[in-house]
Amino acid sequence: MVTAAFFYLFSGIAIASAFMVIAAKNPVHSVLFLILAFVNAAGLFLLIGAEFLAMLLIVVYVGAVSVLFLFVVMMLDVDFAALRQGFLQYLPVGAVIGVIFLVELLLILGTWSIDPNLVRTPAVGIPTQAVMTNTEALGVVIYTRYAFLFQIAGLILLVAMIGAIVLTLRERTGVRRQNIAAQTLRTTATAIEVRKVPSREGV
Amino acid sequence: MNSIVADYLPLAIFLGVALFIGAALMIAPFLVAYRRPDNEKLSAYECGFNAFDDARMKFDVKFYLVAILFIIFDLEVAFLFPWALVFGDLGWFGFWSMMLFLGVLTVGFVYEWKKGALEWD
Amino acid sequence: METLLYVLFVVLQSFVLLSALLVFIAYILYADRKIWAAVQLRRGPNVVGPWGLLQSFADLLKFVLKEPVIPASANKGIFLIAPLMMSVLALAAWAVIPVAEGWAIADINVGILYIFAMSSMGVYGVIMGGWAANSKYSFLGALRSAAQMVSYEVSIGFVIITVLMCVGSLNLTKIVLAQDGAWGMLGWFWLPLFPVFVIFLISALAETNRPPFDLPEAESELVAGYMVEYSSTPYLLFMLGEYVAIMTMCALMTILFFGGWLSPIPFAPFTWIPGVIWFVLKMSLIFFIFAMTKAMVPRYRYDQLMRLGWKVFLPMSLVLLVVTAGVLKLMGWAPGVGG
Repeated sequence: MVTAAFFYLFSGIAIASAFMVIAAKNPVHSVLFLILAFVNAAGLFLLIGAEFLAMLLIVVYVGAVSVLFLFVVMMLDVDFAALRQGFLQYLPVGAVIGVIFLVELLLILGTWSIDPNLVRTPAVGIPTQAVMTNTEALGVVIYTRYAFLFQIAGLILLVAMIGAIVLTLRERTGVRRQNIAAQTLRTTATAIEVRKVPSREGV
Repeated sequence: MNSIVADYLPLAIFLGVALFIGAALMIAPFLVAYRRPDNEKLSAYECGFNAFDDARMKFDVKFYLVAILFIIFDLEVAFLFPWALVFGDLGWFGFWSMMLFLGVLTVGFVYEWKKGALEWD
Repeated sequence: METLLYVLFVVLQSFVLLSALLVFIAYILYADRKIWAAVQLRRGPNVVGPWGLLQSFADLLKFVLKEPVIPASANKGIFLIAPLMMSVLALAAWAVIPVAEGWAIADINVGILYIFAMSSMGVYGVIMGGWAANSKYSFLGALRSAAQMVSYEVSIGFVIITVLMCVGSLNLTKIVLAQDGAWGMLGWFWLPLFPVFVIFLISALAETNRPPFDLPEAESELVAGYMVEYSSTPYLLFMLGEYVAIMTMCALMTILFFGGWLSPIPFAPFTWIPGVIWFVLKMSLIFFIFAMTKAMVPRYRYDQLMRLGWKVFLPMSLVLLVVTAGVLKLMGWAPGVGG
């Protein structure tokens, strides 16, 4: 009963906020609704017992990816009134594309079927909560059985890192930076010079 | 109600209570405090000037870069969590698998260091 | 019927824990001001109540009676949700913290990950507040603060992982129990993992925007950062969120490195003292370090802050993680599912 109540709460809010993501006028509001949708999705994960994934969804998607989205949306500083002006003009094209997508989706959903053997023979049996927590269950397989996929994930992250730097790094010239090593290596011998100044003559 | 939901029910209740306390504090001054807004009081603070224009301006792309690098390292941490729990049982293959993963990302880290992406000016 | 009684019981528990926490924070605030004053040879708050002990409660009353101002150009909804979110998320972390054996409201399997998740969501209160206020100082303060919090979260993550490798569980109670033994305080993780502990301590200062890393509210340049436009209890909630987050960090350090509720000397009469007293004592001791740092260390510059986070702590914590993993693996000390 409690589970069902929470399920309807989480899924209801998730769907409503997902709708608001596309319906909100202000893009910052859209991102905030997106975050709300993520949090509720995490709640749904919890309900099916995937607590590790639920927490990761919050840590990674809410705590990191959405921060980036917010930064981008806030940084773009787009004038949305101006963007909306061409709305009617693009409406026919948008409608055609939308209908094509809808038909494709319906075709796929209508003919989709899941291999009945798939459910019965998973590659690795899922251990119950009493045997090990689902964090450990993941840990046992990711790094050995799925090591190859795991390494690919690492490479994708590397590409993302390099890509981000290549795309966004702008070298600024004429910037004075602090060289901490040089500062701490300075001694009285290199920094001060003692001079004899004759009296009444100045330097 | 499976065992995990039973574990998290107190957490949801706790959140509710915390929200209640926070909301009560939030609403209190709107009920009891003296309110008399005027134009000056409601304008954005700008050291005595009138606010020039909208405060939401374009800002340095550096912040975006920091956020993206953070995502990558956060994912690295996310991958480390299950590994940290079971690496004793995994054998040396699982150990070196993670070391390779960390090595690949260290290459990226060295690259961004050398490119000066970590410089802040 | 039974469920209802259970729910009421948990509600009662939550109220007790939250009010104890809030009263504790009232005195932590008082202690913070007193310590700061003592370092500067001032008296600090000493008027309200004996030795000023009721100062924080007077402040609360004053906050509630102050006029709440919502700037005309602000996004009202987000402007008001931001402080609420900040404080509620900060408080939420306390649901899983075991202040004594079995005294957590919810003793979940992934406790530490939950705290990590809540603290990573804390950044939204700041961004939303700074953005919604529609003031330049707020906006700049929020950006800075967000980038700062995000930068230090990575090293905090690595440090947590390092401790987890010695424990083999994400459950906070199990992390504490892993430090239990005949050695008392010498068997806690602060000793073998001392460098990691130092990184965590300093990162925690930066993560919670405490001095010397209080750049978001650097009053000499940004007035009060993302909180410029806030007044009355919305401001109070921001401040509350900040202090609750500081307390969470203190509690986390107590659990990860100082054996939680365990007695530092593992025999009677010290073991007769209830665990919750040890827990609070340890937390207060760590907060004392926080308070002294605030009083003694000058504020960092923003580029220094970013350099420290990305170029010093990040590689250092990663190397320490790999070294710890290697040592544990070679010596066969690593805990596993089986043992």
